[in-house]
Amino acid sequence: MNIVVCLKQVPETAEAEVKLASDKKGIEMEGLPLQINEADNYALEQALLLTEEHDGDVTVVTLGPDSSDEVLRMSMAKGAAEAVRLAGPAFDRGDPVAIARALAAAVKDLEYDLVLTGCMSSDDGNTAVGMALAECLDLPHATYVTQMEMGDGEVTVGRELEGGLIEKLKMKMPCVLGIQTGINEPRYASIMGIAKASKREIAMKSASDLGLDEGSVGEEGSRTKLEELAYPPVGEGAEILEGTPAESSGKLAEVLREKGFV
Amino acid sequence: MDFALTQDQKMVRDMVREFAVNEIEPIAAEIDESREFPKETIKKMAGLGLMGVVIPEEYGGAGMDFTTLAIICEEISRVCATHGVITAVTNSLCAYPIYHFGTEEQRKKYLPALTSGKSLGAIGITEPAAGSDPASMETTAVDKGDHYVLNGTKQWITNAEAADVFVIFAYTDPEERHKGMSAFIVEKDHEGFSIGKHENLMGIRATGNCELIMDDCKVPKENLLGGEGNGFKVVMHTLDVSRIDIGAQGVGISQGALDAAAKYAKEREQFGRPIGKFEMVQDMIAQMAAQTDAARLLVYRAASLKDGGAERFTREAAIAKYFAAETAVAVTRMAVQIHGGNGYSKEYAVERMYRDAKIVEIYEGTSQIQKIVIARETLR
Repeated sequence: MNIVVCLKQVPETAEAEVKLASDKKGIEMEGLPLQINEADNYALEQALLLTEEHDGDVTVVTLGPDSSDEVLRMSMAKGAAEAVRLAGPAFDRGDPVAIARALAAAVKDLEYDLVLTGCMSSDDGNTAVGMALAECLDLPHATYVTQMEMGDGEVTVGRELEGGLIEKLKMKMPCVLGIQTGINEPRYASIMGIAKASKREIAMKSASDLGLDEGSVGEEGSRTKLEELAYPPVGEGAEILEGTPAESSGKLAEVLREKGFV
Repeated sequence: MDFALTQDQKMVRDMVREFAVNEIEPIAAEIDESREFPKETIKKMAGLGLMGVVIPEEYGGAGMDFTTLAIICEEISRVCATHGVITAVTNSLCAYPIYHFGTEEQRKKYLPALTSGKSLGAIGITEPAAGSDPASMETTAVDKGDHYVLNGTKQWITNAEAADVFVIFAYTDPEERHKGMSAFIVEKDHEGFSIGKHENLMGIRATGNCELIMDDCKVPKENLLGGEGNGFKVVMHTLDVSRIDIGAQGVGISQGALDAAAKYAKEREQFGRPIGKFEMVQDMIAQMAAQTDAARLLVYRAASLKDGGAERFTREAAIAKYFAAETAVAVTRMAVQIHGGNGYSKEYAVERMYRDAKIVEIYEGTSQIQKIVIARETLR
């Protein structure tokens, strides 16, 4: 069984102070550590587990700047057999559909039984690329997948719903699945794997390599345009609970009860 | 001179940093308190190749260079000096001398288990009456034909509580002084070998630091390491290598303390603004950053000399270890100072880092011994 995993590199912002770039179209990236998008890491692990169990290869695909090679190389160090990066200015500033169109052009020529993505990205948070990719490839799609059971030419997936419910779907393969965090325990690359991965090639694909009209991808191919990033105005109604820790925690419990949170 | 890390070294650093933050940092304070040897994380680390970094692949190692090993020791020590020294000892004080001085049979017998984490290694040099002066050691090994009989006590042995394989130094000919010293590979199950008192240390508290007792301990002849009478050569070369990693441990502790202090200085407000806005705090931050960078470059220089195949790097390893140790103590002291009362509390990691840092000035040759080595090499 061969699996394609679409993943991306994102800035780690949990610990950092996020500052807007001067053109307000992005954030200042300097000093921010870059890493694999969290849900994509689970998608990669799921693909590695499945191909280890059912024999096959994992191909990782990304669309992004030069630094994205780090994520692809680390994926190969963990066990992915091939890596493809969609590179070039034509892909810049694409919306989720434009990104999916580009990814689909790269994926369609690969041999695969499944396409896995993370269910969402921690930077843009559209939860849309996987869905649009399925549409572009004309394949069935499910997301927030937390369970997978392989059958003969089909897969039964469990989707995480609100209220602790799991929705079970039977899907024909190939299909595109958005993997939710927590489905497995992602591995770390071993240093032996790192040594092997560094000798391997990453296949670079431009829009023209993929036979894509430049107007169909990137900003030009997008039907939504980024206007600006901004901070929300400082809200009102914040309440500072005074007193000793024992007193303020008592007051906090009261507020939470009043508002119906507990 | 190229200061840039290779792609492999960067990837290893990124992976180890992620592992350290996710798997080690959450238990660092807990094991400092309980003194429980972190067997589980060490096993996981072995699975990632971190216990046989410079050992060739044919013996189960990763076949990487000494700079990579230094980077690993630094990254681990950044969050936990206990895990840092366990890594350094297993790699450079046990697996390395067995690889470098061992026979093919010894390599095949011991290295795959050490590198895979099936067994853990330690080294026994220091004794109650032989610290900075290892030549005054009292442990003896008497040739009994097909085996040696070892008698003596080793002290302050990192990993001892959990280790399976020990590189032990003893006199085969006490009259010959250091020319009569020999090294042996001793297994914990060898007859007459036992683990003594578990030490209650100020820092690096979960390192399983114990005494080793050899009471008519029978060691097979084939476990002699590096030939009879070559023990002093084995110990000196091994310490040159391990000082690089202990220097890296000092750099890691310093970086961890600097990161914590910088974060605290940005968040903690006094007199209406973050304390990082005050010049006296900035003065400390600047000293900490400059010293940590300088120590790191000295460690990398010593490691790259070894990687380049240099026969002798005694001076550079001693300088790196000496400077990194002094830096770790100075930087953690300032980190505690920046944290004020909070820094004196176990609620904040810098309290542990300050205690951990002190050992770097003491083990693997005190700062005073390093200065003797540096001066001797300089005045040659």
